[in-house]
Amino acid sequence: MTNEALLEVRGLKVGFPTPDGLVRASDTVDLEIYPRETLGLIGETGSGKTVLGMAILRLLQPNAAIEGEIRYRDRDLLTLPEDEMRKVRGREIGIVLQNSGTSLNPVYTVGTQIAEAVTLHQGLSGHDARQRAVELLDAVGIPDPVRMAGEYPHRFSGGMRERALIATALACRPTLLIADEPTKGLDAVTKRGIVDLFSEIDRDRSVLFITHDIETVEDLAARVAVMYAGEIVEVGGVREVFWDPAHPYTRGLLASLPERGMRPIPGSAPSLITLPPGCRFSPRCGCAIGGCNREHPGLVEVGPGHYARCMLYD
Amino acid sequence: MIEVTDLETNFSTGFIHRRVVRAVDGVSFWIEEGETLGLVGESGCGKTTLGRSILRLIEPDRGRIVVDGTDVTALSRSELRRFRPRMQMIFQDAYASLNPRMRVSESVAEPLKIHRMGSRADIDRKVRELIEEVGLNEEHLNRRPYELSGGQNQRVALARVLALKPKFLVADEPTSALDVSVQAQILNLIRDLGRDYRMTCLYISHDLGVTRAMSSRVAVMLEGRIVEIGRTADVFDRPCHSYTQRLVDAALAGRARAPPERPPLPAAPTMVEVRSGHWVEETV
Repeated sequence: MTNEALLEVRGLKVGFPTPDGLVRASDTVDLEIYPRETLGLIGETGSGKTVLGMAILRLLQPNAAIEGEIRYRDRDLLTLPEDEMRKVRGREIGIVLQNSGTSLNPVYTVGTQIAEAVTLHQGLSGHDARQRAVELLDAVGIPDPVRMAGEYPHRFSGGMRERALIATALACRPTLLIADEPTKGLDAVTKRGIVDLFSEIDRDRSVLFITHDIETVEDLAARVAVMYAGEIVEVGGVREVFWDPAHPYTRGLLASLPERGMRPIPGSAPSLITLPPGCRFSPRCGCAIGGCNREHPGLVEVGPGHYARCMLYD
Repeated sequence: MIEVTDLETNFSTGFIHRRVVRAVDGVSFWIEEGETLGLVGESGCGKTTLGRSILRLIEPDRGRIVVDGTDVTALSRSELRRFRPRMQMIFQDAYASLNPRMRVSESVAEPLKIHRMGSRADIDRKVRELIEEVGLNEEHLNRRPYELSGGQNQRVALARVLALKPKFLVADEPTSALDVSVQAQILNLIRDLGRDYRMTCLYISHDLGVTRAMSSRVAVMLEGRIVEIGRTADVFDRPCHSYTQRLVDAALAGRARAPPERPPLPAAPTMVEVRSGHWVEETV
């Protein structure tokens, strides 16, 4: 892609101090999101993908040690004053958080919660905001939106709650939408509906789609970044990464899919406190060679716009 | 081996305005010995209730269940308790299904103690064997569930079940909360152990890929009824019921848009260590 990135993450490090040591949840992450593209971010539980999404909006807990730069439209989000940041959140960058069940407030109706975002950011009156909330629910495919806007979250099913959250995030027409596991725990038919919804909304905005569901990324994204143990180990076009993966971890991940042979990767992911020396995947890697457990590889270009963090390509 | 005839389970909700929900609505099927039957359907279709009803963890309202020649529906409470070791279940959330205060060694020993299977020394030895069989080791024996990962907890749950050498296992989405690489480990483990122990299995899942990999036959459930059942390949490749068609389409919608011109990449080659630090690609 030749045009300029909308969001640029440079050397992002996030650590959480714990009694056992510093948990390095994100380590020197570099990432670009271009205008109107959907970027998939995949990785397993604990690989740091949610932390990355939260760091962009500065939603991490105050004791997190954060270093690096997050450039969004010539501003560094990490150094922006809090009141400026508040204008970015929701209005310019929206987020759909994980666990739709707990993200909605159980004591307010869904319509009220969507209207709140609209009133806050767009200064609409009570009645207009309400109207907009109903429109938004309709746009995300909630049947009978007028009635459903007056219902409380517990009356919504998992898929509908997810839709309501997406409606809230879209309320102020953000240029970038961060979606953290929006299809988690949904059955195939409901998931399909959410994926279709995303393929409709991403035409005029950028989406960072965080998931561990490889198939969903294949459907939605043009580019994908793969995270392992707090690092990006591979990034490139979805076709290249999924059909010709360069990093042994990506290959192992794909081979563990039931459709592709269900061959597991031996061992388990390392603790983010005591990371293995050299390449973080080397203890589990079938292709590991002599230097892998000593030298830490950088991202190497293996094809046009396709990068992998592996000694094999040095 | 397993024969379910016209099973019906109702739930009543509401305190003043009682309403009856028929979660399982006249279901009949059988499973051959050593076979795995997949059970698919969307959330709320009654898959879990069906699984639980067969084991009488929920009392069915009507129907007959025969497990290994015994009419389970006719058993009294105490007979049922004695029969329990032969039919077991593993759950979606292994962490929630394990007692948080028990160490792994206690958790795995518990079923052996309840069903009085051997002396203390026997049980101790048995627990160690089981733990190794499910791919854990001695250092895990003293851990509690919160000190283990999701995959490890599911291994502990499996060890508890295997301790009783059941003839019939109901697996209710045991991997839906796990990452794909861990899922592959657990699925392989369940498949291998099922073969070794000659277990008959009802495998509940909403993931068609997993179901295809795990079961020889599959049943599709919709609103409490089984709408299609047959050999997995037949049902998924040539679905006859419109609902099955929809399920398959939903799962395949992405595939259709994926580039078909290149064949799927062969799996990463397995490397074998021929001497210390010297690895070579395994020739199949």
